[in-house]
Amino acid sequence: MHRKPPPVYFTALVLLTAVGVSLPLVYLVIRAIGADGDKLRELVFRWRNLELLWNTLFLAAAVAVACQLLALPLAWFVARTDLRGRRLVSILAVLPLAIPPYIMAFALLAAGGDYGTAARLFGVTVTPVRMLPYGEFWGATAALSLCHFPYLFLTVRAALLRTDPNLEEASRTLGHNGWGTFWRVVYPQLRPALASGRLLIVLHVLADFGVVSLFGYDTFSRAIYVQQIDRATSAWLGLMLLLVTVVILTIELRPLRGLRLASSARSSRITPQIRKLGRVAWLAYLWTVSILFAALLFPLVTIGFWLSQGSDPAVWEELSSALGQSISASAPAAILTTAVALPLAIVIVRYPSRLSRIAEMAAYVGYATPPLAFALGLIFFALHLNFLYQTMTLLVIGYTLRYLAEALGPIRSSLHKAKSSLEEAARTLGCSPTRAFRRVTLPVVLGGVWVSLAFVFLSVMKELPLTLLVGPLDFQTLATNVWSYIEEAMFAEAAPFALVLVAISAVFVGVLLFTERKSNA
Amino acid sequence: MKGPLLQASGLSKRFPPETDPVVDLLNLEVVDGEIFALLGPSGCGKTTTLRMIAGLERADRGTLSLAGVTVAAPGLHVPPERRDIGLVFQDYALFPHLSVLDNVLFGLHGRPATEARNRARQTLDMVQLGESGDRSPADLSGGEQQRVALARALAPAPKVLLLDEPFSNLDANLRESTREEMRTLLKHESMTAILVTHDQREALTFADRVAVMNHGRCEQVGTPEELYLSPTSAFVAKFLGETNLLQVDAQEGSAKTPLGTLRLNRQLSGSVWVSLRPEHIGITRCADGKPTGVVVAREFCGTHVRYRLDVGGLSIVAHASLNDSFATGEAVALQFSGTVAVIGDSLSNAEETP
Repeated sequence: MHRKPPPVYFTALVLLTAVGVSLPLVYLVIRAIGADGDKLRELVFRWRNLELLWNTLFLAAAVAVACQLLALPLAWFVARTDLRGRRLVSILAVLPLAIPPYIMAFALLAAGGDYGTAARLFGVTVTPVRMLPYGEFWGATAALSLCHFPYLFLTVRAALLRTDPNLEEASRTLGHNGWGTFWRVVYPQLRPALASGRLLIVLHVLADFGVVSLFGYDTFSRAIYVQQIDRATSAWLGLMLLLVTVVILTIELRPLRGLRLASSARSSRITPQIRKLGRVAWLAYLWTVSILFAALLFPLVTIGFWLSQGSDPAVWEELSSALGQSISASAPAAILTTAVALPLAIVIVRYPSRLSRIAEMAAYVGYATPPLAFALGLIFFALHLNFLYQTMTLLVIGYTLRYLAEALGPIRSSLHKAKSSLEEAARTLGCSPTRAFRRVTLPVVLGGVWVSLAFVFLSVMKELPLTLLVGPLDFQTLATNVWSYIEEAMFAEAAPFALVLVAISAVFVGVLLFTERKSNA
Repeated sequence: MKGPLLQASGLSKRFPPETDPVVDLLNLEVVDGEIFALLGPSGCGKTTTLRMIAGLERADRGTLSLAGVTVAAPGLHVPPERRDIGLVFQDYALFPHLSVLDNVLFGLHGRPATEARNRARQTLDMVQLGESGDRSPADLSGGEQQRVALARALAPAPKVLLLDEPFSNLDANLRESTREEMRTLLKHESMTAILVTHDQREALTFADRVAVMNHGRCEQVGTPEELYLSPTSAFVAKFLGETNLLQVDAQEGSAKTPLGTLRLNRQLSGSVWVSLRPEHIGITRCADGKPTGVVVAREFCGTHVRYRLDVGGLSIVAHASLNDSFATGEAVALQFSGTVAVIGDSLSNAEETP
């Protein structure tokens, strides 16, 4: 269709959002370069920066590799073999996304030692993770990988289901065996899926604060938190983390750009070939079951066990207050984010232009910026506006800018279903523009709006770094409580909070799976 | 003849930043009760014209009146919801969140509930979907969806029904029967309809009158027969079917051609181009006194055989019946019996055929 300019208030909203996302970043830069000369030199050129950079990058790379090792075979089993129960597996393999990484860290930290889960449950004393050589690194890698591998699993599985089976058959007729065909034909077609899944995972690792702080692994995120009082230092650390993210984004996005792996002609077949596993089926089951055990059962059993150990009754009072606090932040954040995302999505889908690209950029910059760097920027900005500093309003705005991209996704795809011809049809049948939007577009988009609300609500519930840095002084959510109890190794006290968080996540994931089923049917 | 139900004059539309107008000073008149087709290649402005009639696009210039009421003029734009038109979209645009019946009821709001319900059921019956009211549009076949879209547009009894390529999403064999059914239905309801299509067969079989559009302008308007037999431009001649374009020397309405001396459809003299339809060129075994040609190529087409002939250095296409068969290289006699349409004194836009 031909281009029309979007309504003025849409333009205003997009620009406001873009300004909202950029202001904290601008303030971060101003603070960082505002330090005086000597201090500046001391901050920028010191050995510790290199150490932090190395640790951050190494962790990101290790998690990316580990996730690929976990997800690639699993996706292949589910998409291309006769593995029994593969539909169940493809649902279960997504569920780890509902478990916050710091709860996975909880499971790993609580397992070892004389009083650990293993010792008390099975009578086997395991060395605590942090006591192992490079335990901080391995622990953080394991916790982050087990929580984030589903991103890769989802993208790779989709790609495996989508590739043209004729290409594989062509390769076989040209003399390559199954293994050769996989490496020469299938794997190259998976590259975009691998790259996008990996990018998502690396962004999450750079954004992570809970896991690295609990394991005491020294990355930029942890250093920023520890040194948040020293504004110049923390500003520089935040800026460096931001730069690392920008560099990784540019490197990882390059292969995705302009990549065309469409089949030369429309294939008449869409069902990919299913391989019989035969005698090696047990290996596939072992792999699948171990991953699901480690990523799902292990944290759940840990929570259950520590819950049964009992804790101070005062914890239960704290629990209800924390639940209230969590909801009091999540609900307004979810509503505000969705309310901003809907007009933004309309601009992106219906009015492709420079403005729509700005809208997209704003959302993705907010999402990709490591939350600790973003939080610092928000604080520096709010220091100029006393009425905002350490208020709920600032926190909710922070959440909104950070999770806009998450709300944008589902609304955007539902808007694609609500083609503009539907609204035009309503117009020719006697509806005014607003009535046409209300009676046709809104009902069609509503499914996506609910999913967006749920996504953001859940993400804010689990959020840690923004809450810790930007929130009001006495603001304590489920997430901050879990985190601080684990940090003090008070596992029995952490368990009730963890349970509630996981239960809320599970309900949401269940609802999402159910609605997705229904819309597919 | 009845007065025009729809009248467009000087209608223009440009989509910046493009500099060429998509619709350029278009004049149209559609009579009450007739089925009118806008025919042309993609990008000729036919869909934009339809959308301007519907009120979905705002005209830059010109005026448009529907049943005597001006709906578009400089400074005036009546929105689509107040134009009393029905539109069947190319993708049908059925509301996915509403049942078939609720889709049809959508345009009937504001009427008493029972009356609306009766009218909706009646229109669904009309398209033979009376039993499908409770189903969801997603559960219907393409042909059924198209009929729901038609019923939905017809239910409010609009003054004019607009059809935007309504058959293009149907299978080829379904397309012809649907076309016939829809034409019967529209004629039965005495509905004025405007069809947009790029398919010449569709326009010729479906419409009472056709406007052939090119580059935002109307090349020729007429009945299907007039357009096919007497095109006034090379573009129209070629767009409506295969043809032979010859340059001839006319003298008072007749001209000497390689096919003999032929009468033209216009009384004029000088060098002109004419269009000869291949099915009007008869081929027989060589006989004395008749112009001859040599068969260069032969294609079997089912209903006829298509021959490419060399007639005194000219390449001529002729469609012959299946009764006689001529081999490549054979010399044959030719005879023309039909209208020799004068298409002008140059071939300026003859190259731009689909």
